[in-house]
Amino acid sequence: MTDTTRSTQSAFAALTRLISLPGGARLGGGPIIAALILLVIVVASLAAPLYVPYDPLEMKALSRLQGPSEAHPLGTDPFGRDIFSRVMTGGQVSLLIGVGAAVVSVALGLIIGLVAGFFRMADAIIMRIMDSLMAIPAILLAIALVALNGPSLGSVIIAITIPEVPRVVRLVRSVVLSAREEPYVEAAIALGSPMPKILFQHLMPNTFAPLIVQGTYICASAILIEALLSFLGAGVSTEIPTWGNIMAEGRLYFQIKPGLIFWPGLLLSLCILSINLLGDAARDVLDPRMKKREG
Amino acid sequence: MLGYILKRVLATIPVMAIVAIFVFLLLRLTPGDPAAILAGDAATPDQLERIRDRLGLNDPLYIQFFTWVGQLLQGDLGTSLISNTSVSSMIGNRIGPTINIALMTILISVALAVPMGVIAAWRHRTWVDFLVMSFSVLGFSVPVFVIGYILIQIFAIELRWVPVQGYVSPGEDFGDFFVRAIMPSLTLATIYIALIARMTRASMLEVLGEDYIRTARAKGVRENVVLFRHALRNAAVPILTIIGTGFALLISGVVVTESVFNIPGIGRLTVDAILARDYPVIQAMILLTAGIYVVVNLLVDISYSFFDPRIRY
Amino acid sequence: MQFKSKDFSEAERVLKIRKLKVGLTGRPDAAPVLNEIDLDIRAGETHCLVGESGSGKSVTSLAVMGLLPKDALEVQGGLIDLEGFDITAATHAQMRELRAQRIAMIFQEPMTALNPVLRVGEQIEEVLAMHTDLSGSEAKARVLDIMDQVHLPDVERIYRAFPHQLSGGQRQRIMIAMALVLDPDLLIADEPTTALDVTTQLQILKLIAEMQERHGTAVLFITHDMGVVAEIADTVSVMQKGRIVERAPIRQLLTDPKEAYTRKLLTAVPSLGPRMRRDGDGAKPVLEVAGLDMTYGGTGIFRKSKAVHAVQDAHFSIAPGRTLGIVGESGSGKSTVARCIMRLIDPTGGEITVSGKEISTLGRRALQPHRKSLQIVFQDPYRSLNPRWTVARSLCEGPINFGVSKAEAMKTAAELMELVELPRDALDRYPHQFSGGQRQRIAIARAVAMKPDLLVADEAVSALDVSVQAQVLDLLADVQKRFGVALLFITHDLRVAAQICDEVLVMQKGKVVEAGPADEVLLHPGHDYTRSLIEAAPGREWDFANFRALTGAPLTQGATP
Repeated sequence: MTDTTRSTQSAFAALTRLISLPGGARLGGGPIIAALILLVIVVASLAAPLYVPYDPLEMKALSRLQGPSEAHPLGTDPFGRDIFSRVMTGGQVSLLIGVGAAVVSVALGLIIGLVAGFFRMADAIIMRIMDSLMAIPAILLAIALVALNGPSLGSVIIAITIPEVPRVVRLVRSVVLSAREEPYVEAAIALGSPMPKILFQHLMPNTFAPLIVQGTYICASAILIEALLSFLGAGVSTEIPTWGNIMAEGRLYFQIKPGLIFWPGLLLSLCILSINLLGDAARDVLDPRMKKREG
Repeated sequence: MLGYILKRVLATIPVMAIVAIFVFLLLRLTPGDPAAILAGDAATPDQLERIRDRLGLNDPLYIQFFTWVGQLLQGDLGTSLISNTSVSSMIGNRIGPTINIALMTILISVALAVPMGVIAAWRHRTWVDFLVMSFSVLGFSVPVFVIGYILIQIFAIELRWVPVQGYVSPGEDFGDFFVRAIMPSLTLATIYIALIARMTRASMLEVLGEDYIRTARAKGVRENVVLFRHALRNAAVPILTIIGTGFALLISGVVVTESVFNIPGIGRLTVDAILARDYPVIQAMILLTAGIYVVVNLLVDISYSFFDPRIRY
Repeated sequence: MQFKSKDFSEAERVLKIRKLKVGLTGRPDAAPVLNEIDLDIRAGETHCLVGESGSGKSVTSLAVMGLLPKDALEVQGGLIDLEGFDITAATHAQMRELRAQRIAMIFQEPMTALNPVLRVGEQIEEVLAMHTDLSGSEAKARVLDIMDQVHLPDVERIYRAFPHQLSGGQRQRIMIAMALVLDPDLLIADEPTTALDVTTQLQILKLIAEMQERHGTAVLFITHDMGVVAEIADTVSVMQKGRIVERAPIRQLLTDPKEAYTRKLLTAVPSLGPRMRRDGDGAKPVLEVAGLDMTYGGTGIFRKSKAVHAVQDAHFSIAPGRTLGIVGESGSGKSTVARCIMRLIDPTGGEITVSGKEISTLGRRALQPHRKSLQIVFQDPYRSLNPRWTVARSLCEGPINFGVSKAEAMKTAAELMELVELPRDALDRYPHQFSGGQRQRIAIARAVAMKPDLLVADEAVSALDVSVQAQVLDLLADVQKRFGVALLFITHDLRVAAQICDEVLVMQKGKVVEAGPADEVLLHPGHDYTRSLIEAAPGREWDFANFRALTGAPLTQGATP
């Protein structure tokens, strides 16, 4: 049996543990309901083009700000667009940004964190830079990027990722630093294992559980930040329906048409809530000692 | 102790320097002509030249950098591209409301969140704990402006307890200030409370499992003394840390909340600057908020030693 | 050996436990953790509860204190009667009143049992604030008095100290002062000396005896150490898997144990008498260490930090097939020596010669080929194997690093399983599926797989129960006989050293104070420190395995085996 099949097996074992739950009682129905809600939102968003009744971009001057009707289940917006079609389609970009930001931050943070944790020379410099990046608020950074580069998906993902990377780096670094003190790592050194083997086979696997947890939190927070950015007019182009964009356009009409903020806000909140709950559940199973968004 | 404080203060210099370099390069390394981007599509060559001149884009990069840093060190944050007034005075005029709202938010948050977290940890796995944790997860999941609009809908529009929007300075009329500031502060506090309550609970749970808590109970110490005298002080360091790092969330929240409640603070200033592409203002705001973040976290660092005698430098 | 022999049948009964049953909370049908325990303690009596880990002795003490972790364990039946008051039926408020006034407790880890953010004086005074109406100055005077009684020096200064500023022994004295300040009738001591060095242990045991004498306190003393039991007990209860299997006065238990389990426990206690001398064959040493130095700190950009000399000028050598023991208390530098030899840290001076080659200054790459000849087994069996790796993968790691084929390495691994007496299918399992002793066997197999010339065992049996300890020591001896490997055995436990070592090196504060053949060092110690170590070993005059006094005892007065 090769090493890779073994580690795939143990990853699979960890996954089954996640689902089947040792001790049974530790996870209540909460995470399962959360997973179902998230699944429904993801599927509904991805499949939206197949079932929504209208083109989410189609404007109809004659049917502006209509109430709910058979034709428009949630009514129409100030441009006569079908709110239901827009809200259901809007999830696609929000989810893409969430997953994109999580994957990019975790990947970059893992690489930089391993280097910082393992090579003392690089550590001081890397951590200074990370401290600096952490001091820059994501929202303001995004605003600057959008002011300079124009609204785009890339700007938004970069802006969300830059302040998240240092948090992942810190996490990975601290896990590596404590793991390298473990006797089994010292035993591996005594067994003559080369550095890359120690780094990738002994130390790195320790970071996976906390990274899964951290990744879900980043995903949730990215979706939230996207909404804030769109709301401030610094998100992705207003031509693309996202939950944030729909709410941003609804601001002026809040008092006559609260549904413009309520419906996308509800879906968005449900979505983030489920991801956060899943993150908590994953943490309870994988890594009971980790604390949320520490440092 | 003094030596340690000095060391920590000195350590913030490289951090701020890196932030400054980052902000500086952000504009200069943007693909294309930054002046053209900032001026918009309808700009005349004359306007472009004026922007280049204003931002010093015609000089070599290193001269631009040192000129800029030199001005920064003299407190000169540049001049607005739109209003032609100095950015420092623009910020100076607008920072008062922001500070007042932020202070009120921090007070509300700490006063509510710490007891919530302590009680949730003490009554671990009961309905109290469940309630606190549910509130906390909700606080993380609902965008701050949605909370703002829900509060407006309920308290301003339905119940008419408070005005919908606006701001009055506390010096002018404290009662009016309070009535108008309470909703933005609560809005802003939601996520901060969620964060602090959660960390307090986690930290307390860990401390309550320690041997010295068992010792305290073995001496017949009353439960409230166990919680607040023995446990909370030991749990303080992570709580302080999260209050410090959570400041980044507060800063983001300010920008949004001021828009929702129409408060003339620096958050509004920033949003207006985005719409007008007034880059010097945006740049100054990044430096300012990063500076505030660094100072707050420096204070948090120094305060550790007041809670934990093992941290004596 | 002087045993306590006072008759307590006339003394007042302080604690009476009858048919006490403790089980998992909410699961009365599951196997109980404590199964119908009976126990009596009378005023002035010391009752020892002895057993291996998991036997339920600590649960018993927590049940008496009403401190069972309530979401895990609960009392499911029986009676705990403290001078006529039933503890199992007490309310929280009643229980709080009892604690410190009628029953008090001291714990194993003085490092963690005191609140790190409060001054120790305040922590004692808090007991008075909770239970008495004394004024501030009266309370403080009372605290200083009890601190004086437990022989703390400079009480005014220590009153204001924080726990981290005190030594382990001083902290345990603070714990004792805190427990006894209100003169309780029953003191529960849960392994109070296990985390301490032997010399400190002796002082604390004496202190508890002295305080007991002065206040007439009944003591329930929980320990795993038969030596300690022999020193202090009036009566002994032996616990196994939640039951008390045997109870007897101390002399009777040690000379004539009735139960097979008690006999097993006693025979596993290693004797302080050194092993038979084995003559070396004069072969060239595998390892020679000359002038080894390890200094930490002493440099700094702003201010020179204080240099710590962890090891100073150590010399020794080991020949193939021989065992050298390094003995010392915590902080003596014995583990630092091991880590230097293994080059897990870089020594600051001296020479380490392995099979004729000096390795102390070799770089990472140049060192690589020499790694094979040096292997180490660590103390903590729960952390010395990668939890994500199967046993097979751990065993093959080393040989594969040195170019052995996977198939070949697997074959060796399977053979090693036989050597360490584990089933072959253990190879496909993960570390968490094994007990501590089994894991330590796997760690030994992993080291042996490299066919090393020198095996370093750094406190390799210290975390194990005494019966498991004996098995692992046998395994090490077996490995040595088969492969002729030299063994560097690092331990704080003189009994273990006596059993296995040919030569012994005694270290104190980074320096080697005495070295020589084991029988000579242990029977005729030349240095005061060695002598104090030997004299502090509890129960040193008793030969537990043979149920009689050690022939030729006391050791230090010059007997030969």
